[in-house]
Amino acid sequence: MPTATDTIEALAERDYEYGFVTDVEQDTAPPGLSEDIIAFISAKKNEPQWLLDWRLQAYRGWLKMVEPQWANVRYEPIDYQSICYYAAPKSDDDRPKSLDEIDPEILATYEKLGIPLKEQEVLAGVAVDAVFDSVSVATTFREKLAELGVIFCSFSEAVQDHPELVRKYLGTVVPRRDNFFAALNSAVFSDGSFVYIPKGVRCPMELSTYFRINAMNTGQFERTLSIAHEGSNVSYLEGCTAPMRDENQLHAAVVELVAHEDAQIKYSTVQNWYPGDKEGVGGIYNFVTKRGLCEGRRSKISWTQVETGSAVTWKYPSCILRGDDSVGEFYSVAVSNNRQQADTGTKMVHVGKRTSSTIISKGISAGEGQNTYRGSVRILRSAEDARNFSQCDSMLIGDRCGAHTFPYIDVANPTAQMEHEASTSKIGEDQIFYCNQRGIDTEDAVSMIVNGFCKEVFRELPMEFAVEAQKLLEVSLEGSVG
Amino acid sequence: MLRVKDLHAKVEEQEILKGVDLEVRAGEVHAVMGPNGSGKSTLAQVLAGKEDYEVTAGSLELDGEDLQEMAPEERAHAGLFLAFQYPVEIPGVGNSYFLKAAVNANRKARGEAELDAMDFLKLLRERAGLVEVDEALLRRPVNEGFSGGEKKRNEILQMAVLEPRLAVLDETDSGLDIDALKTVAAGVNALRAENRAFVVITHYQRLLNYIVPDHVHVLLDGRIVRSGGSELAHELEEKGYGGFDGARAEA
Repeated sequence: MPTATDTIEALAERDYEYGFVTDVEQDTAPPGLSEDIIAFISAKKNEPQWLLDWRLQAYRGWLKMVEPQWANVRYEPIDYQSICYYAAPKSDDDRPKSLDEIDPEILATYEKLGIPLKEQEVLAGVAVDAVFDSVSVATTFREKLAELGVIFCSFSEAVQDHPELVRKYLGTVVPRRDNFFAALNSAVFSDGSFVYIPKGVRCPMELSTYFRINAMNTGQFERTLSIAHEGSNVSYLEGCTAPMRDENQLHAAVVELVAHEDAQIKYSTVQNWYPGDKEGVGGIYNFVTKRGLCEGRRSKISWTQVETGSAVTWKYPSCILRGDDSVGEFYSVAVSNNRQQADTGTKMVHVGKRTSSTIISKGISAGEGQNTYRGSVRILRSAEDARNFSQCDSMLIGDRCGAHTFPYIDVANPTAQMEHEASTSKIGEDQIFYCNQRGIDTEDAVSMIVNGFCKEVFRELPMEFAVEAQKLLEVSLEGSVG
Repeated sequence: MLRVKDLHAKVEEQEILKGVDLEVRAGEVHAVMGPNGSGKSTLAQVLAGKEDYEVTAGSLELDGEDLQEMAPEERAHAGLFLAFQYPVEIPGVGNSYFLKAAVNANRKARGEAELDAMDFLKLLRERAGLVEVDEALLRRPVNEGFSGGEKKRNEILQMAVLEPRLAVLDETDSGLDIDALKTVAAGVNALRAENRAFVVITHYQRLLNYIVPDHVHVLLDGRIVRSGGSELAHELEEKGYGGFDGARAEA
């Protein structure tokens, strides 16, 4: 017998099947958020009813939630009704089969951003699922991966081709009403990546996705779901850049990872979204929920992030260590220059026995940047003999910036071993002078000192990313001293 | 090579150097001796171009070039090297990586081709052998966790690799036991050359038993009150700086 609530919801949903007013042929949804818009997005993507229902549930939850205020960041209130929640490139309906079919102008944009897809395809051995605006326009190396049973595709494609997997895992790590921004994402997510590594398969290449924000006034809501089956192993790279903008842009992504028994997932991010100009005008708001579930015994999830961009960053890649002997790691470099604000860190939730976690966080503040580390380590009563090691270092460049550290530790099992180290250092004039005296100019000295400071994190990055990350850091801190 | 004339310098509004004259020719070793607070380290910092030290009068020339017109790194490119009294740590930056960056920055500034990894490593090994520095030190981050003696040895190694025209050693002997002192002195002696000069700044005569100077200067209250040969160091050892109070009064 359906309950009254079920009936009302069913009616409400049916209403939107018909009450739908937006032209489906349109490529961009009008600004604003409503159940209509959500239905538009869902219809645009030819989604099954259950997914539309899922989105609507998230939306209704979101309506009752309030934007979190606890983060140590300040920004103008966001008008959620002025944002466009869907935009697709012109070629959406006629998806290219290869790079040759891609609009040369789009390819040129990639070139400007320094990501020559063609070269990557040939040289790097990296499978690229490039997100341009909200829809994937290029996917490479798919066939090679398919031979091993690896699924690496856009989220929309996964919904069409592997609905049972999406349905089984979607929202299991980040529930659709987990938090304000995750709920918003669950309601309106546009696209993202889907990764599935079957039992015992070691993924032969680094999987990579480049996110882009490009269309005017369009928030981006990526959704990534990655599942590593028993004994499998995968390394995933995510990199972001964005062209100049003069309006703040909201980005609220959700990433969910599931590692089964003996599986390992390594998730690396280099984030370089437009941080705004020197006064902080026009930068990206980056409110991201990333969480991994170490579901099986001896599973391992490792997050590595290099955050140099965005005007405001709110991001805590986390691990739930449910399987006994599972391992969670978080390695982070976050840079705030000029008016940038970053409130970032991690959550490690120890559930299983002998679970262990490592947190290495390096925050760099320059200009008037504000950098906050916020981390939580929870040892539940069930987590016998759990261990955590945390190290949070902050570096200040100049005297107008700030570094803040908020470590939360919550231990409910007395067998836990916890270690926490924290340091704050000011990039010393003495260090710079020392380098100068050896013939090294100030800019190179700063870059060298900062790279040394971040070394423990950079060495966790895949090789090609490590080089890119160092360059990014140099560019981000240009002119911050002297 | 180095010509310092009537040098006055202040730091935080306090005048420390009150008219220093010093002339150093290629191939010479000069010792500058003085008690704490006499201005020894200030002289070293002013030569290297540290920002907090303001030259208020006088002149500084290296090979006829006005040092005051040059940034610290330009002075380094011109061949000036300072072995620091308190070498700073640079965590996470490998010692040999740092030295390679320094060598190539200097080569580039002088219009020479940069050394590749192989050539640099060869040079580094050879120099490390010359000044008796353990290769394990090369793999560690710059000065991080080094003992006092290791830091000083590392300064001498850097000097050996960078091959300066003029090396200023700021109390390189302080805090060293006798064995470390001998090693450091041997390193300096190995680098003595016709076209290179040293200014050895020290509080104690001890170091000068191992690095025998051509000239010794006594610095008191911001002025050189007496100059002489290496025998002056021994005189100081006997009389102490108190014996020069008269000279100070005269000056």
